[in-house]
Amino acid sequence: MHETMVAQNLLATISDEAIKQNAKPLSAKISCGTLNAINDDVLCFAFEAIAKGTSCEGIKLEIEHKPIQGKCKSCNERFDVVISHPYCPKCNSENFDLLPDVPLMLEEIEFETE
Amino acid sequence: MKVNVGKKILKANEEYALENRHLLTKQKKLCLNMISSPGSGKTTILIRTINELKDKIKIGVIEGDVQTDLDAERIRATQAPVIQIETKGACHLNAAQINRALSNLPISNLDLIFIENVGNLVCPSAFELGENGKIAVLSVAEGDDKAAKYPAIFARAKVLLINKLDLLEAGAQVDFDIERVKADARKLNKGIKIFVISAKTGAGFAGWYDWLEEKVKNLRGH
Repeated sequence: MHETMVAQNLLATISDEAIKQNAKPLSAKISCGTLNAINDDVLCFAFEAIAKGTSCEGIKLEIEHKPIQGKCKSCNERFDVVISHPYCPKCNSENFDLLPDVPLMLEEIEFETE
Repeated sequence: MKVNVGKKILKANEEYALENRHLLTKQKKLCLNMISSPGSGKTTILIRTINELKDKIKIGVIEGDVQTDLDAERIRATQAPVIQIETKGACHLNAAQINRALSNLPISNLDLIFIENVGNLVCPSAFELGENGKIAVLSVAEGDDKAAKYPAIFARAKVLLINKLDLLEAGAQVDFDIERVKADARKLNKGIKIFVISAKTGAGFAGWYDWLEEKVKNLRGH
């Protein structure tokens, strides 16, 4: 349900960019780390609802989930952690550090061209 | 026309979190963010902790709830300073709310500020508040699969308090394998400290208190 707050922040960020570019946004690319626990449907639904009547109404959100990375303490391998099977893919060790998660980022906006 | 933006979506929250962190660091105060499902016993844990550490650590509390100040009232009975935040529906606390709450707490008289987040095992873990660490609480009545099912909070927490040990000891019909929860939590978080406690009887609190006292000492310098 925290997607509502994410949607509000997202709307504000896209609106700022739209003013800067003086163009209508068509779609936006977002990336987020695993531990941000973003549900795509919930975020899109919340965004659609609050964007109604704004310059962002009807824009399409593309959400890319980035796996969280781990660093193996045995062989130093950096790898994408599979949450349900958290082992180093190289040496199969379970002894690894979880690296900081990727924050929620607005990566790219596509604007209408005249 | 495509434009690269590369902006953090939760930047506003992050800025407040940073401001909170600076304030707490400058004043050498420990701030811990407690996260759990509703009913895991956060408030009862806090009340016992405040009362039993009264002579050693001065504790203040920021309470987050969707409605009412019932929790703040319970904390107030301990004489500890408390600020209630009613989120009016929001499922988590944000850093701006904590910023305001901190300015209303007598921070200079305190060693430790607990933030009791809104009861929710998912959303609160996505919002940094400027705290020094997150404390996850799980009670045995909630089932032993929760660390596996809700990994985000268990991966990020410095401490896991497994509460309501008294239910297991009294032979209550709850299926809860403590070792399974410990193993699941440690899969993603090797450094997590785990204390099995009963806020009702006080069992297991000694280790938790030692951990708190050490953290406070490190900041306070004595």
